[in-house]
Amino acid sequence: MHPLDSDNVYAALLFNFMLLSLMAVGGANVLLPEMHQFAVETRGWLTHKEFRELFALAQAAPGPNVLFVSVIGWKAAGVSGACVAMLGIASPSTVLTLVVAHYLERFRAAPWRIVLQKSLAPVAAGLITTSGILLVRGAGQNALALGVSAGVVLISIRYNPNPLWFIGGGAVLGLLLF
Amino acid sequence: MTDRIVPSLADYFWTLLKVGLSGFGGVLPFARRALVEKKKWLTEAEFAELLSLGQSLPGPNIVNVVVMLGYRDHGIPGALLCVFAILFAPMVVVLMLVSVYAEYSSVPWVRRMMAGIAAAAAGLILTMGVRMLRAQPQRAAVYLLAGGTIAAKLAGAPLLLVLFVFTALGMFLAARGAF
Repeated sequence: MHPLDSDNVYAALLFNFMLLSLMAVGGANVLLPEMHQFAVETRGWLTHKEFRELFALAQAAPGPNVLFVSVIGWKAAGVSGACVAMLGIASPSTVLTLVVAHYLERFRAAPWRIVLQKSLAPVAAGLITTSGILLVRGAGQNALALGVSAGVVLISIRYNPNPLWFIGGGAVLGLLLF
Repeated sequence: MTDRIVPSLADYFWTLLKVGLSGFGGVLPFARRALVEKKKWLTEAEFAELLSLGQSLPGPNIVNVVVMLGYRDHGIPGALLCVFAILFAPMVVVLMLVSVYAEYSSVPWVRRMMAGIAAAAAGLILTMGVRMLRAQPQRAAVYLLAGGTIAAKLAGAPLLLVLFVFTALGMFLAARGAF
């Protein structure tokens, strides 16, 4: 049998997430449709409603957003399933990134490397700004939510306090006003 | 970077553990604050470089960033330790939340609170973008690259295409001394 279709839940988690790892250009969230198909439609580890709600929870919770993968593993096979799923999603991309890191260090002082670093900075700033715009648009279902996002931007740029204050403030405002 | 103090493995571990545990709604703003602003282990330019490479390589962005960060000072053990530090503790928290969430998922106040956190977290990501933009040299070539990247992504162009086109253009402009 093909390893991706394995009856063994651990093998299925490991191989499927290893494959997805190498497809995740731009972060783990681009894989949502694939994860939905695999975990909900093919395997039935969680319902569509659970998938949506747990995704929202994993986004709001502390930690990298990729941890949603551990939630799928947990629904499939408990804590060991969560660990196997994380191993799958993180290891192939980590190996590839290590190879890139190795060559970056080797050519640290090369002229092309310095030019590359200069040119990547405005592009990275633009990409993050765009993610921010899209996230604000997605989270702002009403004027109040947009107001919270806008308030965070203005206060943070002006005073730069610990970002945890904003998370706490957002939770309280959401509770009272939304 | 000859005068740079090399952080120890323990420094990396505890700092990234804290970043992971405080990263509500996405860890990147917390990572930038800790690594660039507080600890000064990375310059603005180095962080931007790691981030754009982390985004263009497959895999979770922040995991790729800490792999490159850890490898730089401590080789493969450093890279693996950094990945463990940023993932493990928050994974425990997320799984604990998930296991109690089933009972609370339909409670309106939980939903409202999560919507408030999401709105604040989105604002933090946008702030991080604005900060990175303001840290750039204020030159026409920089406006062109950053503005072009934003416009192309908002128009729905694929990430890899945007990265390739604007990085190539940026290298051409930087090599001619435009910024």
